[in-house]
Amino acid sequence: MAYVGYSLILILLVLAFLILGAAYSVWLERKVSARMQQRKGPNRVGPFGLLQPLADVLKLLIKEDIVPSAADKPTHFIAPVIAVTVALITLAVTPFAKVAMPFTEGTGGWLVIANVNIGILYVLAVTSISVYGVTLAGWSSNSKYPLLGGLRSSAQMISYELAMGLAVVSVVLLTNARFSGESGYLTPGAIVEAQRGAWNIFVNPIGFFVFVVCAFAEANRAPFDLVEAEQELVGGFHTEYSSMKFALFFLAEYIHIIVGSTMITTLFLGGYLGPFEGLIGVAAWPAWAQVLWGLGWFSVKTVFFVFTFVWVRWTLPRFKYNQLMDFGWKRFLPISLANLMIIAAGVALYIAYFSGQA
Amino acid sequence: MVEIILFWLFSILGIAGAVGLIFNRNPIYAALSLIINFFSIAGLYLSLRAEFLAVIQILVYAGAIMVLFLFVIMLLNLQTEEKAEKFDAKRGIAFLFGLAFAAEMIYALRSFASEGQTPLAAQFDYGQVEPIGRSLMTSFLFPFEMISVVLLAALIGAIVVARKHTYT
Repeated sequence: MAYVGYSLILILLVLAFLILGAAYSVWLERKVSARMQQRKGPNRVGPFGLLQPLADVLKLLIKEDIVPSAADKPTHFIAPVIAVTVALITLAVTPFAKVAMPFTEGTGGWLVIANVNIGILYVLAVTSISVYGVTLAGWSSNSKYPLLGGLRSSAQMISYELAMGLAVVSVVLLTNARFSGESGYLTPGAIVEAQRGAWNIFVNPIGFFVFVVCAFAEANRAPFDLVEAEQELVGGFHTEYSSMKFALFFLAEYIHIIVGSTMITTLFLGGYLGPFEGLIGVAAWPAWAQVLWGLGWFSVKTVFFVFTFVWVRWTLPRFKYNQLMDFGWKRFLPISLANLMIIAAGVALYIAYFSGQA
Repeated sequence: MVEIILFWLFSILGIAGAVGLIFNRNPIYAALSLIINFFSIAGLYLSLRAEFLAVIQILVYAGAIMVLFLFVIMLLNLQTEEKAEKFDAKRGIAFLFGLAFAAEMIYALRSFASEGQTPLAAQFDYGQVEPIGRSLMTSFLFPFEMISVVLLAALIGAIVVARKHTYT
């Protein structure tokens, strides 16, 4: 029962950090984009404009909420709710640190909300249903541009999910190779543990590349933001949304960025593992220091990728729609498949030659 | 106790979703009801400790197939059906067959329950990744491969039907 209590506390902490983190990702994006365009960015509210997110939220809260009279009201209401909920629940299986402490007993030693044995599939499943928020928003607005945005979103999601899934499969294969062919290693925690010594980005660079690009596409971020291409579709799927409902979509987008960054970190950059852990003997440290060490590295890597999301958006121009589809089906799917086969062959050889005696 | 409450919750939700699918005139609402049904069935799988089946149910059906359904409904911009079609002989026969099937199912389930057998879930960990993968790659390898060939044939068929005859 204590395990449930610890999980509840962790859930509250994670939700708070996600929402605050999303607000400050907006601040980061505005600052970085300003720097890249030789501007200053928000600098009026608080030091360095640090209180700007609070001011923005207040502004959005007190704006008038307009629902178009031709809109399908129930769906129009529920679409932003779906978008935010689905974005928030992904972090339930992400491990933040590994340490033997009372509150990690119920989860196999990982600081994680739920240590589910199909964890990584859960992440893929949640990602795959995140498209409903955008699609339903587009349809329920009963207006041409949002509908086009919603259509683009569903097509884009399905196209890039395949390549993404195959990249994840290659990671799972590597995890199982590390644990010498035993089975049942689909938990993100085991995937991180398998990267002790060699992070997956070095072992599986092609998979890393494919996964990062697909994560950009699934988060509907530039250069894949055709869903809300301003020049073509006014505002895309959220054209007919205002006030807090619009803010929820905005929030969902930035939570997706954070969640995408945590997934890249967990799958390819060793999650909570720091560099040279064996050399400096982290395992002998006191438990609280290990937790801080793990959380620290996890945060550093995640923040770096949040920055990368921003960096790419203000650097690359948007793809055309046909280029987007060609890219997904004719480039990334074959690359991901070939990479999977190479990894599978490598894993088979590894098991045959190094752990075949067992 | 919790399991029983969850069972009833998911069963009622699932049946409500199925009924909603059939009776909703609006195609989008019908599709959404089906998604509710998929999620309830995933919930039932979870309560049977078949996590893999539950996640695949959501990943494949709710996450991929229904997204395509919604895509097509939105692309064709289907409108709400005005009136239900007439009840003719074809529907009457379909109704009879449906009734017979339902009776058969109820009979089978009743006999199963009266024998007091333990549910399948208690006997195997059949819903986990390893047992499914192992049986697909060993005892059911041939049917598995056959299904993929059948799906490929269906795919090629769809392309042949849809494609414009520009050069033949």
